[in-house]
Amino acid sequence: MSKIDYGRAAKYFLLLDFLKGFKLGFKYFFAPKSTLNYPHEKGYLSSRFRGEHALRRYPNGEERCIACKLCEAVCPAQAITIDAEPREDGSRRTTRYDIDMTKCIYCGFCQEACPVDAIVEGPNFEFSTETREELFYDKTKLLENGDRWEAEIARNLELDAPYR
Amino acid sequence: MTDMKTIIIDNQELEVDSAMTLLQACEVASIEVPRFCYHERLSIAGNCRMCLVEVVGGPPKPTASCAMQVRDLRPGPNGEPPMVKTKSEMVKKAREGVMEFLLINHPLDCPICDQGGECDLQDQAMAYGVDFSRFREAKRATEDLNLGPLVETHMTRCISCTRCVRFTTEVAGITQMGQTGRGEDAEITSYLGETLNSNLQGNIIDLCPVGALTSKPYSFTARPWELKKTETIDVMDAMGSAIRVDTKGREVMRILPINHDAVNEEWISDKTRFVWDGLRRQRLDRPYLRENGKLRESTWPEALQLAKSKLQGGKVFGLAGDLASVESIFALKQLIVELNGGFECRLDGAKLPNDFRGAYAGTAVIEDLDEAEHIMIIGSNPRDEAPVLNARIRKAWAGGANIELVGPASDLTYDYEHVGKNRAALTKLLKRPLNNKIKDKKSVIVVGIGAINEEDGYGVLSLISEIADSSDSKILIMHTAASRVGAMDIGFVHDGDWIEAVKNSDVVYNLGADEINIEAGPFVIYQGSHGDCGAHRADLILPSASYTEESGLFVNLEGRVQLAHRANFAPGDAKENWAILRALSNELDKKLPYDNLTELREALFGKFDHLRHIGLIADKSFGTVSKVKLNNNDFKNIINDFYLTNPIARASEVMAELSSGTRSKEINVAAE
Repeated sequence: MSKIDYGRAAKYFLLLDFLKGFKLGFKYFFAPKSTLNYPHEKGYLSSRFRGEHALRRYPNGEERCIACKLCEAVCPAQAITIDAEPREDGSRRTTRYDIDMTKCIYCGFCQEACPVDAIVEGPNFEFSTETREELFYDKTKLLENGDRWEAEIARNLELDAPYR
Repeated sequence: MTDMKTIIIDNQELEVDSAMTLLQACEVASIEVPRFCYHERLSIAGNCRMCLVEVVGGPPKPTASCAMQVRDLRPGPNGEPPMVKTKSEMVKKAREGVMEFLLINHPLDCPICDQGGECDLQDQAMAYGVDFSRFREAKRATEDLNLGPLVETHMTRCISCTRCVRFTTEVAGITQMGQTGRGEDAEITSYLGETLNSNLQGNIIDLCPVGALTSKPYSFTARPWELKKTETIDVMDAMGSAIRVDTKGREVMRILPINHDAVNEEWISDKTRFVWDGLRRQRLDRPYLRENGKLRESTWPEALQLAKSKLQGGKVFGLAGDLASVESIFALKQLIVELNGGFECRLDGAKLPNDFRGAYAGTAVIEDLDEAEHIMIIGSNPRDEAPVLNARIRKAWAGGANIELVGPASDLTYDYEHVGKNRAALTKLLKRPLNNKIKDKKSVIVVGIGAINEEDGYGVLSLISEIADSSDSKILIMHTAASRVGAMDIGFVHDGDWIEAVKNSDVVYNLGADEINIEAGPFVIYQGSHGDCGAHRADLILPSASYTEESGLFVNLEGRVQLAHRANFAPGDAKENWAILRALSNELDKKLPYDNLTELREALFGKFDHLRHIGLIADKSFGTVSKVKLNNNDFKNIINDFYLTNPIARASEVMAELSSGTRSKEINVAAE
């Protein structure tokens, strides 16, 4: 005949496990929530987050891109297409800068390759579209992105500068 | 006489010609020595100092290997062969030091530099440089030069290797570039700010090891790594220079020379290099037919039907233009033979007999010019007719050859003895006593088409062959049409007056001939790539591929068979030349017996076996040319405007600019 474990029996009859469970439940009931109410609330993004692409401008409004085509060369998905020719003032500029966002794998090599910080992957990740065609970005769209996100992009670049 | 000497390079013992430089000896030992100023076809300058090597037992400092000959090295104390080290600590340090100096004033603008990706300085800085600079002072800045519409300059990038100066003075024979100043003030300049006056100037773009001299028409449009490279043959002149056509997508972005010692060394003329923008303009991209005096767009079935209705029953005459490949001319010949018509390729009136190959391909080869001690130029301006060949003649002249010219005097970039302008001068050449100047000397006679395109052409040619016999010379016929020798090889000639034959025919099949005037009367079918004179006169236009857009055989002026490859595709509905003729033959129920280019070539080689041997020159013998009484006219050169000799060049904006530039220069000179 086996010996009775009184301690275990006491836990059993006093419903201690239940109470523990309630305690945990109440703890999380009152604790701050880890889920977000997404469209109204957003999570933390690293300054190195690689989101939607943008072409930046200098403070005087001049576009940064000099058509060196290093991003086009480095792009592992071959998502970037660039055509260039001399602008009227003789400077080297793109006449076409297309990114196929459906091909892009968001690796960030383009911004690594860029010698003038013109092409960057900004903090925007909310650019889903209804049609596929809308994801074929051209130069106008990318420059618009740059103008829209310049404040955030500049802040992120500044934060990342010590590590570059 | 060669004097061989033993030398040890990096513990590798080898025997080399003692006249070689250390750098060449290293190349024999397949050891890479970095260099900027050294170029094997130019004189030695020794000013970049990148090729420093260590000579054991020599002075206790590194030696510039490009400027030190093997024979100048001293043997070791016990008579051991001299020893050279290229991988020692001293050499490494020296190279790093030189590279640091070169980069002091070189801007870091590789991203906007057209040389980026194919830059000697970029590559060698990666391989032999260090990743830092101790230079904290201000960098030098220089004003850019205006060298004309072809060469763009960014002189801050210049590392003063002086290759451009040496090329222009030694090969191109113009004295407009030079270096002034010393040390940091050393600068490459053009004399009095003049633009370059040479049709070989594009070569300095290739020679420049950095991005100081770049191509203006190509500027900023492409990167070397995104171009598809196709090695092919040029058709702008009859030399058949080896070229590389770089394409991006469907478009030709640039044309570069490739090395072919026997033909173009490594130079090409500006027309060859910059004509590519003509490949995009004025193109015929669909069939056209003339209705009520006006051309209207058509379709292939309609055009072929019309051609069929005209060709059936009518008297046909075929003309082969300057840029047509041997295959297309062969297909045209076979078709016209089926239709019982005539054909002709000597549209510039050249009186070249077709009986023996030496008469139209000459007896000399281009390489003979290198060793020639006496060169007679008759009725030709080689500077316009084949600039690269002219550079060869200049090289012979620089090596001591004596040059004589019969024909209009012009600036050929070298000194020559002007014997006279007319046929009498030619007789003088024959009658003169063979003095020491000429006797037993290797000599070449360069015969321009301008000498033999008049009524008495055969007479002039026979006189020239007599001169050649008496002075034991070889003859080089200076063709101007790339297709000519090939067309003559397959017998695309008409016995008798072809102009009369054209007048009396009902249909003229014009395969890309734009330099002729066909009088009203016959129905003209024009098959070509550009809307030029030929298309203007045509009643039916069949659009075809141009020279970069189809593979084809070309035989150059010395009779060398060369194969051109396709680099890109023809625009719109344009088709390959042989394919159009094949389709037309099918319509006419006289089907040509081949369905693809390989079968066509087999048929061609079956009839003309020597064309099978690509890259080689078949036997060229000279026979007797019938004597015709000579008139006493002055010889005329055949080319009036170097830059506008064919439809592609006439469609090119760059060529038009160059042409007007030369004309305004001539007017200025005349005004002074």
